Amino acid sequence: MRFLTVSGPPSSGKTSVILRVIEALQARMHKIGVVKFDCLLTDDDTLYAKKGVLVKKGLSGALCPDHYFVSNIEACVTWGKENGCEYLISESAGLCNRCSPHINDITAICVIDNLSGVNTPRKIGPMLKSADIVVITKGDIVSQAEREVFASRVKQVNPGAVIMNINGITGQGAFELTSLFETASDIDTLKGKTLRFSMPAALCSYCLGETRIGDEYQTGNVRKMDMEDNK
Amino acid sequence: MRHVALYQQPLTTTLADHPYIEDFLSSFGLPVAASNNSLEHYLDQLNPDLLEDLGLSREQLQRSLDDFLNGMLALRKPLDKVESLTIIGGHNKSGEAEEVELTLQPGEVTCIVGPTGSGKSRLLADIEWVAQGDTPTGRKILINDQVPDSQWRFSTEHKLVAQLSQNMNFVMDLTAEEFIQMHAESRLVTNPQEKVAQILEQANMLAGEQFCPDTPVTALSGGQSRALMIADMAFLSKSPIALIDEIENAGIDRKKALNLLIREEKIVLMATHDPILALMGDRRLVIKNGGIAKVIKANEAERRNLQRLEEMDNQLLALRNRIRSGETLEQL
Ligand SMILES: Nc1nc2c(ncn2[C@@H]2O[C@H](COP(=O)(O)OP(=O)(O)OP(=O)(O)O)[C@@H](O)[C@H]2O)c(=O)[nH]1
Ligand SMILES: Nc1ncnc2c1ncn2[C@@H]1O[C@H](COP(=O)(O)OP(=O)(O)OP(=O)(O)O)[C@@H](O)[C@H]1O
Ligand SMILES: [Mg+2]
Ligand SMILES: [Mg+2]
Ligand SMILES: [Zn+2]
Ligand SMILES: [Zn+2]
Repeated sequence: MRFLTVSGPPSSGKTSVILRVIEALQARMHKIGVVKFDCLLTDDDTLYAKKGVLVKKGLSGALCPDHYFVSNIEACVTWGKENGCEYLISESAGLCNRCSPHINDITAICVIDNLSGVNTPRKIGPMLKSADIVVITKGDIVSQAEREVFASRVKQVNPGAVIMNINGITGQGAFELTSLFETASDIDTLKGKTLRFSMPAALCSYCLGETRIGDEYQTGNVRKMDMEDNK
Repeated sequence: MRHVALYQQPLTTTLADHPYIEDFLSSFGLPVAASNNSLEHYLDQLNPDLLEDLGLSREQLQRSLDDFLNGMLALRKPLDKVESLTIIGGHNKSGEAEEVELTLQPGEVTCIVGPTGSGKSRLLADIEWVAQGDTPTGRKILINDQVPDSQWRFSTEHKLVAQLSQNMNFVMDLTAEEFIQMHAESRLVTNPQEKVAQILEQANMLAGEQFCPDTPVTALSGGQSRALMIADMAFLSKSPIALIDEIENAGIDRKKALNLLIREEKIVLMATHDPILALMGDRRLVIKNGGIAKVIKANEAERRNLQRLEEMDNQLLALRNRIRSGETLEQL
């Protein structure tokens, strides 16, 4: 089974791009499974189900969705394998910009859109910077030159990645992306694999449910802003 | 490839020769200043906790920097010359063979015509992807009579194809000058200041209404944006093949625009329904049902009519200007 992780900021076009790739893979008679990770709510699973692919949904609720992802992904891979999928795709929304679901030796895709602003590529952490393929969507809304400037900003923070422009609505470029899916590594299990980058230790009292504000309620891994230096 | 000298000489020298390294590091939130220490030393002394906060490791940063430098240095190398582009037919949407084999040369303009949904954009996409029978049309594209290196497909430095698409909107929060400057820097042009000035000047010559360098790109009119994009493509793009999607619907001097674009020996393909632009081409590909159904070569009779069409066009233009300036058309 070929397994790929797809991540990206909320509403960047992950589902749209995956749906277009699914159409191209289905045209080649492949059996596909999708796992969707989100925080509070998602309708993406129904969109995938409509395409007739196998779907599993996981909502992380109060946890960082990427932490939740890594605790569950091995079971998801087993599930995909047991159900005879030839391709398994995970979709997860990068909400904290610091965590990333990318796994060593597993093709990692980051989806980001042209409307997010020239400085956004700099602000996104390992999710973008350690991806193998960066898909840029919504190019139909901006001019060619703006697409190029945006792509060069992406290239600057992830020079080794393959960067592709894809239209999530018409599917332009999805065919080309699909040819890269076909070269993703074939695996049976995730046992023994490692994350590309550690996820930060979020272990302060607020992680554990504290809501009261004030120094006396803060325990664990707490870091303070420097209020002196105003230069 | 590692660029050893670049890592070991003093930063003062490295940053002077490769100013984009500073920009690269700052995009990771890492400030760097010229000094007698080497780049290697700079990387070694970075605080691992700081890197951890940034979601980076020393090795990963090193790898990215190497990739980035390879890309930037590749931009300095001249492009392989493209002497011909060959389109070998595949099949149309009904699976019938597309019996064409066409070779296009630099300096030639090929127009693509056909009803909506017929497959014009797919043909342009096949060329951009350098298709090898691996797209829905089964077409094959050869460069200089050969199956090209697949590096063309993913290279952002040496793009085979530059596209001018129909959409001319901007969302970036930059002035016209800043925007072109940023684009020029990403292309690593040798004298960006000069190029930027040239592009702004040419764009103003194409556009009906003038705009200033400090006009935000989001405030440009449709015609102004299009003029800016055409000038930008003409002066910044090094790609040997240009794909143009319908430049007619813009408030610009389209003949001047086309001349600007074909000035530099490029292979030009243009989807168009404008009779004047179509007659300026060397040939027309007629697309039907996903396949090239016919190739029409420019002929003398059509060329002769070009002059008449231009006269008609100028008359219409004069009328348009009268309407714009508030006159009536009771008398033509
Ligand atoms: N114009 C345009 N809109 C797009 C494109 N790709 C996606 N969209 C639209 O962007 C919106 C968000 O797309 P989704 O695919 O749901 O994004 P997502 O990343 O899966 O979103 P979440 O899963 O909610 O984080 C939808 O309305 C899409 O139709 C594109 O290339 N062009
Ligand atoms: N030979 C072919 N075989 C199968 N599908 C094809 C073929 N040619 C084109 N198509 C498909 O037909 C659809 C319409 O084609 P395309 O978007 O290129 O049309 P167009 O001429 O650009 O239309 P418009 O004028 O509306 O922009 C696309 O999904 C494209 O992939
Ligand atoms: Mg989604
Ligand atoms: Mg089209
Ligand atoms: Zn997190
Ligand atoms: Zn916490």
